[in-house]
Amino acid sequence: MVSEVDDVYGSPTAEELLQAVREWLERELVAEGTGRQRFDARVAANVLAIVERELAHGDRHRRRHAERLASLGITDDRTLAALIRSGDADHRLAEIAATVGETVADRLAVDDPGYPT
Amino acid sequence: MSDRSQLSAWLAQHLDARNIDKIERLSGGASRETYHFVADGRPLVVQLQRPGSERSLPDEAELVRLVARHAVPVAPMVASGTDGTGAGFLITELVPGETIARRILRDQRYEMARSLLAGQLGAALGVLHAIDSDEADHLQALDQLVAARSYLDELDIASPVFELALRWLAAHRPPPSGLGIVHGDFRLGNFVIDEGGLVAVLDWELAHLGDPMEDLGWLCSKAWRFGSRAPVAGVGEYDQLYRAYERESGVAVDSGVVLWWRVLATLKWGTMCVGQARVHLDGLTRSHELAAIGRRVSQTEHDLLTELEGRW
Repeated sequence: MVSEVDDVYGSPTAEELLQAVREWLERELVAEGTGRQRFDARVAANVLAIVERELAHGDRHRRRHAERLASLGITDDRTLAALIRSGDADHRLAEIAATVGETVADRLAVDDPGYPT
Repeated sequence: MSDRSQLSAWLAQHLDARNIDKIERLSGGASRETYHFVADGRPLVVQLQRPGSERSLPDEAELVRLVARHAVPVAPMVASGTDGTGAGFLITELVPGETIARRILRDQRYEMARSLLAGQLGAALGVLHAIDSDEADHLQALDQLVAARSYLDELDIASPVFELALRWLAAHRPPPSGLGIVHGDFRLGNFVIDEGGLVAVLDWELAHLGDPMEDLGWLCSKAWRFGSRAPVAGVGEYDQLYRAYERESGVAVDSGVVLWWRVLATLKWGTMCVGQARVHLDGLTRSHELAAIGRRVSQTEHDLLTELEGRW
C-alpha cells in the first residue's frame, strides 16, 4: 500500500522507511541470527515498531492527553505530579487516576500493544 | 582486570590451579563483571568489583556463607577477598541448571519444576527470613519507601502515576512485619532451576536488612511474571508461596501487606526503567537495549493503576 503523497519528501515516507528496516531486521537477523546478535536484533526491531506506532498515533494521543489535563484544570504532567505530591488533590485521587489512566493506555498501545493487561 | 591472560594468571595463582581455561564473560553489570571459567576441570564463577563500585563483594561473600549455614540454597563459596589493586572479588562454584526466565517459564522440561517452584521459593524465603538479623549486622537497613522517593527525585521524574502510587503507599503503609535479611532481588533470573525446581538463589548484591515482606512483594510483582498469568514468579499461586513460607518462618503472611509491597515493587521497577534509559541517554553506556527499557515505564504505570483501582 502506498501512503498519501508528501510533496516535500515524496515516497517512501518516514514510516515506510522505518518499516523497511524493521522488516529486514526481522527477516535476516531475528529469524536467522543466533545468540546475542539475535537478541539485539529483536530489541532493535521492537524499537522501530514503537517509533512506527508513535508516528501513526502520536498526534492524536498528544491532543487527547492535553484535553484530559485541561479537564483537570492542569497544563502539563509536571504540574499535575507536583499537585498530587502536595496532598492538595487527596480528595480526588480516584478521578485523577482514571483520567491519567486513559493516557497510560494510549502510551501502552504505542510502547507495547501486546502487554498482558 | 580486563585482559583475559592477566585474569587467567591471577586466577591460577589465587586458586593454586595448574590450568585455567574456558574463560567466558557473562554479564556486564554496572558494579561488577562476571566470568565463567574452569580451574583444573572444576567449573567456577568469578565476580570482580569495578573501580568506584560501593557494593562490597567480600561483604556479600560473608552473607552468602551465613545464609548457606542456615541451609538457604546458594552457589557454594570458593574464595573471596580483595585483589592486589584493592578491588573485591568473589568466586563460587558454577551450579548447573537454567537461569533464563523465558526458558524456565516455557520449556517442557521444566514442567514439574514450575509446579513446585512457588512452594520452594516460599520455603527458601522462610528460611532466609528466620535468620536472626543480628547475625548480618554489616548489612544496611534502608527505608524502602524513602529510598524510592529519593531515587525518583534524583532522576527528576515528573510522573503523575508514580506520584499517585507514592501518595497511596504513604497513606496505607502497614506496620513492619519484622526485621530480617532481605535478598532484595528475589525473582526469576536470579534462581538456578533444574527439572526438580529450585537449586540455588544467586545475586545477593542488593541484600539489606528490612521488612521480610519486601521479598514476597517483589517476587509477586507483575514485572517478574515475565508475561505469564500466574502471580508468583509467573509459575505459581499465592497460597503455595504463603503456606510454604509460613511453615519455614513461623510467620503468618497478610496478603494485604504483600499487596503494599507489590505496589512499591512496581513503582521501584518503574523508576529503575527510567534509570536504565538514563544510563544510555547520559552516555555512560550507549545501548539501544537500555534506551528501549525506558519505554517500559508505561507498563509499570499501567500495572500501578490496575493494582490500585478501587483502593483510593
